[in-house]
Amino acid sequence: MNAQHQPTGSAYFMAAETARPETHTLSVLVDNEPGVLARVIGLFSGRGYNIESLTVSETEHEAHLSRITIVTTATPNVLEQVKAQLERIIPVHRVVDLTVRSAELGHEKPLERELALVKVTGTADNRVEALRLADAFRAQVIDANTEHFIFEITGRVSKIEQFIAIMKPLGLVEICRTGIAAMNRGPQGM
Amino acid sequence: MVLQALKDNGVKHMFGYPGGAVLPIYDELHQQDDIEHILVRHEQGAGHMAEGYARSTGKPGVVLVTSGPGATNVVTALQDALMDSIPIVCLTGQVPTSLIGSDAFQECDTVGITRPCTKHNWLVKDVNQLSRVIHEAFRVATTGRPGPVVVDIPKDVQFATGIYTPPSPVIEQKSYQPKLSGDLDKIREAIELMAAAKRPIIYSGGGVVNSGREASQLLRELVDLTGYPITSTLMGLGAYPASGKNWMGMLGMHGTYEANMAMHDCDVMVCIGARFDDRITGRLDAFSPNSKKIHIDIDPSSINKNVRTDIGILGDIGHVLEDMVRLWRASKKTDRSQLAGWWSQIEKWRARNSLAYPHNKDVIMPQYAVQRLYGLTKDRDTYITTEVGQHQMWAAQFYGFEEPNRWMTSGGLGTMGYGFPAAIGVQVAHRDSLVIDIAGDASIQMCIQEMSCAVQYQLPVKIFILNNQYMGMVRQWQQLLHGNRLSHSYTESMPDFVKLAEAYGGVGIRCDKPADLDDAITKMIDTPGPVIFDCRVAALANCFPMIPSGKAHNEMLLPDEATDEAVANAIDAKGRALV
Repeated sequence: MNAQHQPTGSAYFMAAETARPETHTLSVLVDNEPGVLARVIGLFSGRGYNIESLTVSETEHEAHLSRITIVTTATPNVLEQVKAQLERIIPVHRVVDLTVRSAELGHEKPLERELALVKVTGTADNRVEALRLADAFRAQVIDANTEHFIFEITGRVSKIEQFIAIMKPLGLVEICRTGIAAMNRGPQGM
Repeated sequence: MVLQALKDNGVKHMFGYPGGAVLPIYDELHQQDDIEHILVRHEQGAGHMAEGYARSTGKPGVVLVTSGPGATNVVTALQDALMDSIPIVCLTGQVPTSLIGSDAFQECDTVGITRPCTKHNWLVKDVNQLSRVIHEAFRVATTGRPGPVVVDIPKDVQFATGIYTPPSPVIEQKSYQPKLSGDLDKIREAIELMAAAKRPIIYSGGGVVNSGREASQLLRELVDLTGYPITSTLMGLGAYPASGKNWMGMLGMHGTYEANMAMHDCDVMVCIGARFDDRITGRLDAFSPNSKKIHIDIDPSSINKNVRTDIGILGDIGHVLEDMVRLWRASKKTDRSQLAGWWSQIEKWRARNSLAYPHNKDVIMPQYAVQRLYGLTKDRDTYITTEVGQHQMWAAQFYGFEEPNRWMTSGGLGTMGYGFPAAIGVQVAHRDSLVIDIAGDASIQMCIQEMSCAVQYQLPVKIFILNNQYMGMVRQWQQLLHGNRLSHSYTESMPDFVKLAEAYGGVGIRCDKPADLDDAITKMIDTPGPVIFDCRVAALANCFPMIPSGKAHNEMLLPDEATDEAVANAIDAKGRALV
């Protein structure tokens, strides 16, 4: 029998996954202590979940709380497991599936924004074209000399992807992206 | 400060091994009498001893080891405790804070290495945080779903002086608040479902034992009230007595025919403190296809993990069962006639006598050896531990457990070498009890060095080896899966276990005739010190019944059907890739 037709994984028997994978954005509120990010990431790699984007920063300095925003793709059952497993980590205070929450609130999806720094070098027409397109994308020039621009662009992931694609033929040399920051619309908290 | 914190958390015994980075703590140990320290011969032994101690007492086991190899050697035991939900507090020494990260002698990233194999871990860099962290470590290890924790203490912090704070009744850790009581509405819903059941089954697990003695008592009450048949996982044996009239035996890969068939055909399954492990469910898409499932567990991630449940009740087993029993008493009366058909079906399955084995007058059958051991020890105050393999399954099948906390085995991780140190840990907690490690000839050699520890502390642990010269379970799988090609599962050079016992200062007994077995076992029991009992058993006996890989509960291989041909063809190509 061809090896690739054999079921993978170490489990005794895994039923074929028939449910469709969905992409969800999770917000995780954690104590900002050493190793907490390693615990979260280790959980994902150890249990074979995937991370598409991850953003971390301390959000409440007095309480030493950090907010981790994770975008992951999995079937609904696995997403439920991801949430339950995250909640088991001792310094994790809360886990909110923003995608589920936004549906409950009657919105299409949570607000998601990303920031990117994009360095472009070039001369003559390319340079003018890059500046013109940046303006159309509402990207700011934050550094420049006669050979290069660094643009700062904020927006939805699709907008940033598009901007990068357009800059490629115009002398793109370096990209840095923050990953997604997300929250839900409306007056309520997380 | 460390020892004060341990005393304030009720610690009486600890298991450990000194080394450079824990010498300050060992120096303090030397100058006090409140905590008894058991010196092991390998740190893995310390971890398993703490597990045996914890499992038999319900109190956390405490381990003290040094940095680097001390910490890495204990990793196997930590993962074992994590998978079987055993509370362990492991203190590790670390190189001084100024040297962390410099590849210092005996340095390793202990919190990094132990992060996935503990419930939580800490590196304490400030002596003023030390007492708080140790108290928190005890709380995390023992509450909720219990598990192992590690506190890594650099040597300079051990030397430093600071402010000690006693354990506080006010819980500081805000993010970790395990839920104890179950949702009453869900419990009511569960009771309604149960009351209407025609083919119900209770499937209980190690969570009942972990929840405490009262939980086992309540489980027995629930079974009596409802009249339901009950089966249990390997970890849950003893919560309901093996002599109880509703007992069906263990379920799962090597469980009884009646237990597995009843699981497959039931209409309502009540899972209490078990986690639908792959050894239990067999083929998932054919697992109990027509039943409504109720699952009670303290860990939210266990519910709906492997098997979708209809009613998931989150809470401590003891608390939930108390509500369940109370509500059932108040509102339901079991109509026994409703279950009569189900019980008569179960009796038919039971009549298949799935644990039968061929008797032999000349050679000791391993099953017979466990039966005789049970017969001669059941009226005593006995604790049983096991290693991992065929002997473990035979012990689970043929030794009847009447009480919880009497059975210590490595269920989740399946750690060969667990049983003997675990038995030492049990004996430390119960000095006057009879503690027996039912072992295999291969497993026992993985932690045999602890004989030296048992002799040093006069711990009269009995090692009962079912010696067939094979790694029996490995061989059984090679017969099932790999065309009987016995690659490296036969031990050509076996130590003389009698001489080995004597070399360590213990007593060795050998027996190879069924007729002599009873006298030999009695002699073992009556010997005051540690004993290695080399029980020579039938070399090629296999462990049946068995659910082969990739099969469902109703596709068991029964002993009377397990011909060579059936064994060779039991698992198809698809099942071969599974473990």
